[in-house]
Amino acid sequence: MLYEAEVTINLKAGMLDPEGTTIKRALGHLGYNTESVKSTKRYVIEINAESEENARDLVDQMCQKLIANPIIHDYSIDLREIE
Amino acid sequence: MTVAIIQFGGSNCDNDVLHILQDVLGIKAELVWYKEGKLDGYEAAIIPGGFSYGDYLRSGAIASRTPIMEAVKKLANDGKPVMGICNGFQILTESGLLDGALTTNSYPKFKCEWSYLRVENTNTPFTSMYEKGQVIRIPIAHKDGRYYHDDASLQQLEDNNQVVFRYVDEKGNPSKDVNPNGSLNNIAGITNREGNVLGMMPHPERASETIIGSDDGLLMFKSMVESGRK
Repeated sequence: MLYEAEVTINLKAGMLDPEGTTIKRALGHLGYNTESVKSTKRYVIEINAESEENARDLVDQMCQKLIANPIIHDYSIDLREIE
Repeated sequence: MTVAIIQFGGSNCDNDVLHILQDVLGIKAELVWYKEGKLDGYEAAIIPGGFSYGDYLRSGAIASRTPIMEAVKKLANDGKPVMGICNGFQILTESGLLDGALTTNSYPKFKCEWSYLRVENTNTPFTSMYEKGQVIRIPIAHKDGRYYHDDASLQQLEDNNQVVFRYVDEKGNPSKDVNPNGSLNNIAGITNREGNVLGMMPHPERASETIIGSDDGLLMFKSMVESGRK
C-alpha cells in the first residue's frame, strides 16, 4: 500500500522563534496586528508499507533518526492512504 | 601526529585548516572524504566549517548520519582529539558527540565579524597553551550559531567545566550586547565531558596568522598537536 505522510516540525513551546518574530514584525509594518506568528516546517513523504500502522511506525523512526531534533523540536505525523 | 580533516559536500574551510596545519605548523594532515568508513592511522580529526548538504534539514544534520561520523565517534571514544568548527560544531551536536543544539541566530541574519572569546577551561587538549581567562580575538561567520540546551543540561555543562569559550567584550566581560547570536550563557564553544571533543562556532583557522589580522587561534591547533606528543 502507498501512504502519504505529512510531517510537521514545530519548535518546542517556549523556544525563541526568530523567523516567526520577524514575520510578525513585518506584518505589523503592513498594518496587521497579530497576536503571534509561529514558523513550522512540513515534509511530505510517500512510502510503501504493509499497513497504516507500519507506515506510521517507519515515519516515526525517520523523525527520531533524522528529521526532527528532540532537543528543540516537537513533531506530528498526518498519514493517509493514497493508493 | 597525522590529522584527518573531514570533507563533506559543502565543506569550504577544509583547505584553510589544511594550510594552517601543514604550512604554518608543519603537521601532517590529510583531507578525508566523507564516504570513508575508517580513520585508521589518524590521531586527531577536525570537522571544518561550511554548509554540508546545503544546510537542508538542520545545519549539519545530514552530515551527522554519514559513515565517516561512525569513524569519528570511534576516534573520540578512543580519547583522541576531535574538533568541530562552525558547521563542524553543528555536526558534532547533531551526531550526539556534543550536548545541545545549534539553531537560528536570535536576530536571524548571517553574521560575519570579529568576536572576542574568553578561555574558560585550559584543561583540554585544545586550550592547554592558553591562560585561563585569556581573551582572544577570533571571527565568526554563521546564521545558525545560537547554542541551546534545556536548563538542567546547561547547568550540568557549566558545572562540569564543559563551556570552554564564551563571547565577551574586549575586557573579558560577557553580556547580551556582545553575544552575536543569542547563545545561552554566551556560549561560543563546548567540549564533551572528557574534554577531548571540542565544538566551537568561531573560526580559529581564520585567526592563525598575523598577516590576516590575528593569530590568537593558532595556539588551539598547537595545543592539540602538543597533546598528541604526550
